[in-house]
Amino acid sequence: MNQWKNFNKGFFRENAVFVLFLGLCPTLGVTTSVINGIGMGLATTFVLLMSNIVVTLAKSFIPDKVRIPSFIVIIASFVTVVELLMQAYLPGLFNELGLFIPLIVVNCLVLGRAEAFASKNTFTSSVFDALGMGFGFTMALFFLGGVREILGSGSFLGFKFISGDGILLFILAPGAFIALGYLIMIMNKINKKTA
Amino acid sequence: MAKKESTFSNMVISLSVITLTASIALGFVYELTKAPIAAAKYAAKMKAINEVLPAYNNLPNEEVYKIAVDNDTLYFYPAREDNKLVGTAIETFTKKGFSGNIKLMVGILPDGTINDIVVLEHKETPGLGDKMSKGKSDFSLQFHGKNPENFNLSIRKDGGDVDAITATTISSRAYCDAVKRAYNAYMKGGNK
Repeated sequence: MNQWKNFNKGFFRENAVFVLFLGLCPTLGVTTSVINGIGMGLATTFVLLMSNIVVTLAKSFIPDKVRIPSFIVIIASFVTVVELLMQAYLPGLFNELGLFIPLIVVNCLVLGRAEAFASKNTFTSSVFDALGMGFGFTMALFFLGGVREILGSGSFLGFKFISGDGILLFILAPGAFIALGYLIMIMNKINKKTA
Repeated sequence: MAKKESTFSNMVISLSVITLTASIALGFVYELTKAPIAAAKYAAKMKAINEVLPAYNNLPNEEVYKIAVDNDTLYFYPAREDNKLVGTAIETFTKKGFSGNIKLMVGILPDGTINDIVVLEHKETPGLGDKMSKGKSDFSLQFHGKNPENFNLSIRKDGGDVDAITATTISSRAYCDAVKRAYNAYMKGGNK
């Protein structure tokens, strides 16, 4: 059950968005709707998982002084793979997210896990760490996208339940910060109770 | 497993191996996704043509003709209803974008009036330049139903009639440039 701990750590206790505040650029940028949030979350999870796997397998071949450039090359390659695959098979989603996909490279969450975890831990631990962090990130984007879509456009997953527009503020950038602030507050409340 | 020492040769070898592997892998994925990406782009183009033209019953894609402008080519897709020209969709471009080229599909009616415009491709800043896409802001709507004969296709800063997107002068200017290119080519013999 040791691996469960690695998973749970990223998913909840050290959630990238709500606790570590990593990767906020794509978080705030794409979460105008639920589907965007999930798409970005899953794309990041894939990159995180693949880069963690490769980094942990290659860790003994990479000299310390060039580890950061090596990690960046690995991460950037997987991001390009995601970009090409998404362009080929999910063109609709790519239209929405396309501009943000290259930003996964600079998402400090991915490099952070490669540097802080995968380069020091075993294969299985790294896989569970990546899955936990990735799904935690996806969950955070799902909630943030949900709140913003419900309040901002009065719909959920594209199904409208009010006529007319929602509160436009929540679709715009300030709404992202406001919604994120409240979600972090709720998260802290829950974390305090369980701790 | 002992960690490799950070000697010069070790660093060169490991970086070379990593970059070589990465480029081979990327080349492979690129080949794999080339055809589906082309198909997806084709579908998007067809959708854009439909969107910018009024109702028609011919096959604009089969009557496509090209006109060379500014060392590049514009593609014209004429739409007819019962053999009467009802509009032309023009695939136009600009090199003045904030980052990279912008491609637009502009629908022009036989008298030169702009019917509708769809953004095909762009690499502008998320949240700023991408507002030129329909649905992200009302920017593109101001072109609908305007005839460039009496609607100056430049942003107000440059003495024209177009309201630029706030904080996005360069992208707005580029957008106007692309539309203008399509209109000028159309008036110079594109309206077959």
